[in-house]
Amino acid sequence: MDPVKIIEIKKSVFADNDMDADLLRKELKQRGVFLLNIMSSPGSGKTTTLIRTLNLLKDRIRIAVMEADIDGDVDAVKIREATGIPSIQLHTGGMCHLDAEMTRQGLAHIDLDHTDLVILENVGNLVCPAEFDTGSCANAMILSVPEGDDKPLKYPLMFSVCDLVLINKTDVLQCFDFDMDRCRKYIRKRNPRAKVLPVSARTGDGIDAFAGWLLEKVNNWKQ
Amino acid sequence: MHELGIVFYIIRDVKKVAEENGVSHVSAVVMNIGEVSTVIPDYLTDCWRWAADKEDLLRGCELKVNIIPAVTRCEDCGEEYETVRYGKECPHCHGDNTFLVCGNEVEIKEIEC
Repeated sequence: MDPVKIIEIKKSVFADNDMDADLLRKELKQRGVFLLNIMSSPGSGKTTTLIRTLNLLKDRIRIAVMEADIDGDVDAVKIREATGIPSIQLHTGGMCHLDAEMTRQGLAHIDLDHTDLVILENVGNLVCPAEFDTGSCANAMILSVPEGDDKPLKYPLMFSVCDLVLINKTDVLQCFDFDMDRCRKYIRKRNPRAKVLPVSARTGDGIDAFAGWLLEKVNNWKQ
Repeated sequence: MHELGIVFYIIRDVKKVAEENGVSHVSAVVMNIGEVSTVIPDYLTDCWRWAADKEDLLRGCELKVNIIPAVTRCEDCGEEYETVRYGKECPHCHGDNTFLVCGNEVEIKEIEC
């Protein structure tokens, strides 16, 4: 029997994706397209928050949306019907996250020459999407009040990769044992540079602040 | 739950290395998995068996996992401690100005062929 040959690799499994994501970000920079990756658990109100925000922004910048789910196209249809914004549905084929290559494939279906902002609504999950760089120019996550203020302690990676944390469903704060200050403290502990914005997608409270943040990011990216 | 995606990445990387080295069958892939990498070794090897056996190059190939213990260092007092046991707060000075030194690895160490 031949002796066993060992080939040393010593390489992170994420290295190729990280490289690909950096490349995609550079391409987006050259084209002046800002890609925002939004993550959250299922049911945190991503789609409702987006609809509110996009309706505020759609006359000021050119927007497209990519919805990533394991199956179905309810979100893409909902966004298109409620905002008139081009929206496509990506299927991850059973995978719990999107990576840079899947994001690139999705972007191929968008008219990037006539788009300023692409929003990627990642698969609802607080674990896996945080591990795979999609090539986005910024990451945002939505934590909703009923989920609890302790989530930054339980899912530290998700909070550490986000530039913006939206705390949604503030209209039901009174019904839950959710301490906003404690939540902010936990987020700061994981990620001191993350901006925190309390919003209510149902009443529209705070949505203008999110829209303003997005507008500023898009304008800076184009410079 | 993300282990299957990671298995696909491993397979892609191993295929590339095998091709570069003219290897026609790989008998084992050795991984370094950090204790706090969020990858669960049992799930990883389960997904590996399912996916690897679909490839001629990797049929019957074993996935060996080395667990890398997680160590955190405290910026305030300079001590290092076990991350899993104590978490983010330093057990020596109770500061939370701490960072992970190792234990986050998801790395292909080597292949045996």
